[in-house]
Amino acid sequence: MRISALIKRIARQLLRDKRTLGLMFVAPLLILTLMYFLFNGNTVDSKLGVTGMDDSLVTGFEKAAIQVKEYDSASKSTVVDDELDGLLKKDAGSGKMTLILRNDDPSRAKALQMKINQVIAAQAQAKLIQHRPELAGMTTGAIDTNYVYGDKDTVFFDVLSPILVGFFVFFFVFIISGIGLLRERTTGTLERLMSTPIRRWEIVTAYLAGYGIFAVIQTIIVVVFAITVLDIVMAGSILHVILINLLLALVALSLGILLSSFAASEFQMMQFIPIAVVPQVFFAGIFPLEGMAGWLQAAAKIMPMYYAGDALKGVMYQGAGLSEISGDLIALVIFAVIFIVLNILALKKYRTL
Amino acid sequence: MFIHLLAFEEGIHLNSTITVENVNKSFGKKAVLNDVSLTIEKGQLYGLIGPSGAGKTTLVKMIVGMEKADSGLIHVLNETMPNLDILQEIGYMAQSDALYVELTGEENLKFFASLFRLNKEEQKRRIAYASDLVNLRDDLKKRVSAYSGGMKRRLSLAIALIQDPKLLILDEPTVGIDPELKLSIWGELLRLKNEEGKTIIVTTHVMDEAERCDVVAMVRDGRILASGTPSELKDLYSAGSLDEVFLKAGVKQHENLSLN
Repeated sequence: MRISALIKRIARQLLRDKRTLGLMFVAPLLILTLMYFLFNGNTVDSKLGVTGMDDSLVTGFEKAAIQVKEYDSASKSTVVDDELDGLLKKDAGSGKMTLILRNDDPSRAKALQMKINQVIAAQAQAKLIQHRPELAGMTTGAIDTNYVYGDKDTVFFDVLSPILVGFFVFFFVFIISGIGLLRERTTGTLERLMSTPIRRWEIVTAYLAGYGIFAVIQTIIVVVFAITVLDIVMAGSILHVILINLLLALVALSLGILLSSFAASEFQMMQFIPIAVVPQVFFAGIFPLEGMAGWLQAAAKIMPMYYAGDALKGVMYQGAGLSEISGDLIALVIFAVIFIVLNILALKKYRTL
Repeated sequence: MFIHLLAFEEGIHLNSTITVENVNKSFGKKAVLNDVSLTIEKGQLYGLIGPSGAGKTTLVKMIVGMEKADSGLIHVLNETMPNLDILQEIGYMAQSDALYVELTGEENLKFFASLFRLNKEEQKRRIAYASDLVNLRDDLKKRVSAYSGGMKRRLSLAIALIQDPKLLILDEPTVGIDPELKLSIWGELLRLKNEEGKTIIVTTHVMDEAERCDVVAMVRDGRILASGTPSELKDLYSAGSLDEVFLKAGVKQHENLSLN
């Protein structure tokens, strides 16, 4: 009864705070939509200037979606002035080719360089076959490609979005619950609570349940929006996604209210974001763990988002079932239990019983 | 001999609502309470008087069980504190208005009533009673964020009374309240004591409030300088007012300390 009274009160307070509600339910949709368009933007064709180039090569470039502009003579300054991505010069005498890349965007420059090499190689191959037709069988024809996960239309965003869904839950629940309990501390209502016969575990349980309800609603809104409106791949069961996020929310909640006992003000609570929240993103699966240094890989293992990201990606993108993500779920439960116990102990500051 | 002593102690506890025995408390190196002992009888209006920082709040928090004594014993209603069940019988009003400002006055009262496990019927009855008492009935539906300072103080008092506790502990209940309301709150405290037999502890640093208490304990630097009825104290120090008593008692304490 005390727990339900507390849950009711938390829900009431949150429902009256329209801005916080907006932050929790609308802000994730906004960010998700924005990222969707950012990652699904059409790539602009590269612009390449050429001097003394064969027509066959020029058509080859154009087929490879490169805009070609021919010059009689050009230099580095032409690249800057005409906003070219690159300039390919062929020395009329030796036939040697030089490529000047603008390289203001290294990944774009690398892609252009690769395309140019491919076109030139293909042309050389074609010439070779003209000379020695018996080699034709060795050239690569069209390769049939099959995909284990996703299909030829899947993009990076499809892999990223499950992690984002988890991260939103983690971030917003962490902040809102942490500040919620912090305000109870600073306004003295926590102390007031402690002068009633309520038990410490009842307070922690009520906080988990009260904010947990909102975390579940947030998860449902975000996931449904991502699947229906943004058309994100959802290979597994939405129920599993909700389960993962509920556990993640419990971790975020218990961590948020635990850290709030080390903060004296809302501003100090915000200072925990770069320390406790941002590093989680790096280990959530956006960057491949295999390439990381050994100590970084070890650090990832103590990040709740690492397990949540792995499970979410598993369910949403790879269609994993409950048994495949059970390890991640157990890890999240362990985190939650540890933080919850620490919370109950931390409340001893207010009353030893 | 041993049995005899036990019976003797029982005797003390049965007649008194609160006993504090040789309590010490320090935060870090700073001693806040120094060998404090006091006994409060049932139905007494007991005043703890002293300047800010004297240790009054720490002492009442210990009686409620929110702070633990480093040494010494505290009994409330024959139970050793801290004790969760006894909290049901203690109405506590903190120094700051610890209210949920997003909620209405009624919702605040209801919330605390549920924490004390009052059933629906009792809740209704007690909310009506407590809000009438502090004259807030017409403002119950308003959010606390729209309340004035005095209204918040009154709501805090109503919450302290919500579960009909045997013991009321009020930490500076009249700070920031206008004189008229202060008078009506004191009138109500006296009525609660006289008609309902409640035991009440009040902390204050205003001497005219101390005059209304049955027993006054003067607290300074974590010690009880003197205690007794206001007239006893005035006679003892041959002083005209409690203010004077307080000054004289303070001087005496200094002399004692320097002698030691």
